[in-house]
Amino acid sequence: MPITEYLLLSAFLFCTGIYGVLARRNGVLVLMSIELMLNAVNINLVAFSARLNDAAGQVFALFVIAIAAAEVGVGLAIVLLIYRNRVGVNLDEIDLMKG
Amino acid sequence: MAEKAWLIPLLPALSFFVILFFGKKMPKGGSESGIIAVGTSFVLAVIVAAQWIKDERIVDQHLTWWSNGKAHITIGQHVDGLTAMMFLVVTFVSLMVHIYSTGYMHGDVRFTYFFAALSLFTAAMLFMVMADNLLQLMIGWELVGLCSFMLIGHWFEEKNNSSAALKAFFTTKFGDIGLMLGTITLFFAAGQTFHIETINKLALEHGALSHGLVLTAAVLLFLGVMGKSAQVPLHIWLPDAMAGPTPVSALIHAATMVVAGVYLVARVYGVFWSGFSIGNGGLNWMAFIAGLTMVLTAALAFVQDDIKRVLAYSTVSQLGYMVAALSVGAWTAGVFHLFTHAFFKALLFLGSGSVIHAVHSNNMSEMGGLKKYMPQTYWTFVIGTLALAGIFPLAGFWSKDEILLGATKNGYPYIFVLGLVGAFMTACYMGRAVILTFHGEYRGHGHPHESPRSMTVPLLLLAVPSVLIGLINAPGVLKFAHWVRFEVPGVEFEPPEHKFAVPLAAFSFAVAVAGLAVAYWVFYLKTAPNKGAFARSPLRTVKHVLVEKYYLDWLFVTVVVGFIKGPLARAAYWVNQNVIDGVVNAVGVGAKLVGRFTYDVIDQKGVDGIVNGIGVSASETGGVLRLVQSGRVQQYALMLFAAVGLLAAALILFT
Repeated sequence: MPITEYLLLSAFLFCTGIYGVLARRNGVLVLMSIELMLNAVNINLVAFSARLNDAAGQVFALFVIAIAAAEVGVGLAIVLLIYRNRVGVNLDEIDLMKG
Repeated sequence: MAEKAWLIPLLPALSFFVILFFGKKMPKGGSESGIIAVGTSFVLAVIVAAQWIKDERIVDQHLTWWSNGKAHITIGQHVDGLTAMMFLVVTFVSLMVHIYSTGYMHGDVRFTYFFAALSLFTAAMLFMVMADNLLQLMIGWELVGLCSFMLIGHWFEEKNNSSAALKAFFTTKFGDIGLMLGTITLFFAAGQTFHIETINKLALEHGALSHGLVLTAAVLLFLGVMGKSAQVPLHIWLPDAMAGPTPVSALIHAATMVVAGVYLVARVYGVFWSGFSIGNGGLNWMAFIAGLTMVLTAALAFVQDDIKRVLAYSTVSQLGYMVAALSVGAWTAGVFHLFTHAFFKALLFLGSGSVIHAVHSNNMSEMGGLKKYMPQTYWTFVIGTLALAGIFPLAGFWSKDEILLGATKNGYPYIFVLGLVGAFMTACYMGRAVILTFHGEYRGHGHPHESPRSMTVPLLLLAVPSVLIGLINAPGVLKFAHWVRFEVPGVEFEPPEHKFAVPLAAFSFAVAVAGLAVAYWVFYLKTAPNKGAFARSPLRTVKHVLVEKYYLDWLFVTVVVGFIKGPLARAAYWVNQNVIDGVVNAVGVGAKLVGRFTYDVIDQKGVDGIVNGIGVSASETGGVLRLVQSGRVQQYALMLFAAVGLLAAALILFT
């Protein structure tokens, strides 16, 4: 079974995600971009799982989905708190960790 | 069982801790713990002795405590006839003293403490006796010294008692320096070992060790013996040690501890035999000291009023006999005298304690006529006296006779003569003590009464061996000489043994009887000598010298201690100020100069330069790296992805 199309889709989604993470200033959009990257990985996992006829990839994908949900929960909570404290979620204005 | 002989010292040691921690809460103040422990030890000692007699197998075992290079510091047990005999003597006398003390010390302020110290003493003595190496022996030796100090000063509220304790401690400690140096000498001479059997073997083998070395070791060890076994002139502590409670005097200062020195000589006899060339006869250092001790201290016993001091000087004199026996090569005789003496001297001391308990005074001038008030004490005391005087067939007769026999046969005529003189004096002063204490009219206060059973029963139990024990080495029996003998496996050596000589025995017996007769004549028939005539006679000077104890105490306290306190201390101070301080100051100034140089050149310029250089470069690197830490998450992410991209490219390009 050819999986080239799936891999291309996955690569496209991943690049979109990277772009979003690096270029967007809004924290919520960055989180969404991270979701894109994770799901690109999921597509990869499922595609190879089908190709190699091995269920392990799908199990990994399920784990990734579960953990992504948790990660988004934590991420949104942080964003919400930053919004409350600083009235705004523009990431380039948040440089508290500057050395 | 002999392999388990270490239990014998262990039980009293455990008892010491039990009494120390729980004694006050026990119904009998801890005395029961001591009695049970020592009683069990006595039973074990009997078993060990019985097994020795049956098998005659020497047990020599040890555990390594720690090792340092070639030297192994060990702790062990050496069980042979001598050890088994000492086990028996120490546990038996200690048991008697424990029982006796429950009566004598009844109601004492430090009753529990007293029994704790007795237990510790017994354990230490047994530990010393058991030792298979000199280091362990020395540990036991010092422990018994400590217990002696504790017990002499038992009633330390009185200045005299605590001074006596200190005197005993320091005098014996002076001798212990010799013991320590001697042990060290032997340790290196014997190839870094403390093992007594090895040392004996090397000392006895011809040419294994140089004679000078062995002689040095023997002289040094003998200094320790002089301190512990109270040989002239280091005997001065023993009479003062009578400040302790009487049971202690019986146990420590008569029957057991003071014979530690004799035991040491008997145990390391190879060194003494070779060092002092005992086999050759003639004059040797040890015999000289022992001979002086026998006679000089016996004379002192005549002028004492304190009954315990009479016995103390008698003890010193008898210790002289034991050392003399060993010094003339009569090993068995010396050890046998130690054995018999322990019983009758403990009996005499406990008897005197019983008297003191009754009249509340140590002075014979406040006694007299006690025969009818305390018959049991009287008869046992008389048995002890006759045994000590050497009356046939009591214990002392056999052992003393053997010493005299050894002295004549081995070529030491002067020891024989001094021994006879000593025997005469012993009989005489003991007769005097009995007469002044038990005969005539009562001169003290109050109404004396016989002591409680806890005190008379040990007297009776000690009287039995005082009468009979000498017979085990009587001619025809001669079991003691067979059971307790000096042997070193692998060396053909046996101290000479001689056959019982009837004329000599009869002669020494006659001398003892003469001594008693003179005592009877002088002190019983002529109780009040013509004072005026006495005062004018030259005897007055003699008596004065005796009362002053040959001025030895004066010599030590005023001259020696005074010299140390005065000129010597000042000289030492001068040396300290000018010589030692000079050296110390020079060292200090030198150190300061070196320190200054180190600080200026090496520290400030060298080390600091390196340290500062490292610091500055770290700081500058940090300044550059600081720019990277912008705090912007997306910049970090960019670096992360860029790095991943680069690594991915590298992976593709280079594989």
